[in-house]
Amino acid sequence: MISAYYFGAISLILIGLYAILVKKNVLKMLIGLSIMETGVNLLLVSVGYISGRSAPILSEGIGPNQAVDPIPQALVLTAIVIGVATTAMALSVAMIIYEKYGTLNVEEIRRLRG
Amino acid sequence: MNCMACIEYIIIGTMIISAILAVEWRDLLAATVGMAAVSLFASLLFFMLQAPDVAMTEAAIGAALSGAIFIFAIKRTQRFETEEEEKPGWWVRW
Amino acid sequence: MLKRALAIITLLIIGYWLAQGLAGVPFGEDRMLVAQYYLDHVKEQTGAVNTVTAVVVNYRGFDTLGEVTVLFIASTGVGALLWRKKRERTAKTEGSIVLTTGTRLLAPFIMLFGAYIFIHGHLTPGGGFPGGATIATAFLLLYMAFTVYEIPHKTFEKVEGAVGMAYVLVGLIGLAIGGYFLYDWIWQDWGFGVDNVGRLLSGGFIPVIYTIIGLKVGTELSGIIDNMLKEEVSE
Repeated sequence: MISAYYFGAISLILIGLYAILVKKNVLKMLIGLSIMETGVNLLLVSVGYISGRSAPILSEGIGPNQAVDPIPQALVLTAIVIGVATTAMALSVAMIIYEKYGTLNVEEIRRLRG
Repeated sequence: MNCMACIEYIIIGTMIISAILAVEWRDLLAATVGMAAVSLFASLLFFMLQAPDVAMTEAAIGAALSGAIFIFAIKRTQRFETEEEEKPGWWVRW
Repeated sequence: MLKRALAIITLLIIGYWLAQGLAGVPFGEDRMLVAQYYLDHVKEQTGAVNTVTAVVVNYRGFDTLGEVTVLFIASTGVGALLWRKKRERTAKTEGSIVLTTGTRLLAPFIMLFGAYIFIHGHLTPGGGFPGGATIATAFLLLYMAFTVYEIPHKTFEKVEGAVGMAYVLVGLIGLAIGGYFLYDWIWQDWGFGVDNVGRLLSGGFIPVIYTIIGLKVGTELSGIIDNMLKEEVSE
């Protein structure tokens, strides 16, 4: 039996992957990618959680043995910002595709190219 | 099962429902709002997992900036996902 | 329909595989190895209280330099992809009275709050990345409220370049003094604020680097917003 956090994270990853595999609209695929990214971040942070301990800020009353794992949090902190920047770049590519072909459907774009 | 676990289950359930709605809605503007809702609930979960740094970043970026740039992109392209029927012979092109 | 069924079967296989893998990683158990070292030594080695900040800026500062570079490349890519000869804002209607008044009142305070977040990164949750995003949100609010508003492009470009260079410069000073890149000279050699841990004036070069990162993230994300909002106009 896996924990509820793992279940939520895996569900988000699978829902995002479903959007990428099945949907034909480029923007919908990017929404799926964004949801998948949130799921991966949630999975990483929940792997670093230790039950009964508090946040890794060692101010008054919190000793080194009472804090959760700081490394996944440091990893995810930077990954979120990078994620939004790369999503913006993918969206500008989608805008250029719409300007050039007049559609966002991947199948029609494929047909127009050939 | 104490009350904290109830809140966790409610938040995780709402997050999954909004993710499914974000993927299934044909109106892309509504789908973007669904995506921002997923980020918001994920930021609550980060806070419950004792990661306040990540929660702040996710709330500022996932729920605000990410939704905003998606809305800008939708404004310059089209709002509705076109409904098309399954054409025969798609497996040849697949 | 067949494609959808195939996709769902693939997803079930991947989901089963992920759940199988995660069954060996029980939730909520202590499995820290290097993190325990960081937690034990963070106060005397870096002077920071917030361990996440210490890991991001001090122990793995070189990674963060790489992340900032990726952010810069993505922002430049957006600018290059959406470049046109003549681009302007095409919004026709001003924001409502609530939005404009609220923005006029709140925008300076939102920027102040962003600055607070990244200056106090070594003490409280936050740091340069959320602080910069908060500042970018203030500019987004200004863009939404006023039809003619534009960010000061010249200043922003100069700030972007200057803070990018300042990060490398701080690292190079560390290389000259202590022998490796991004050596924390303020804390290790000068001992600045040793008896002050847990207050603002401590933490070695973490506030300096986080100010740099905050300005960098804020200007890059504002630039992305500006690039995505403007449209080409034909004469």
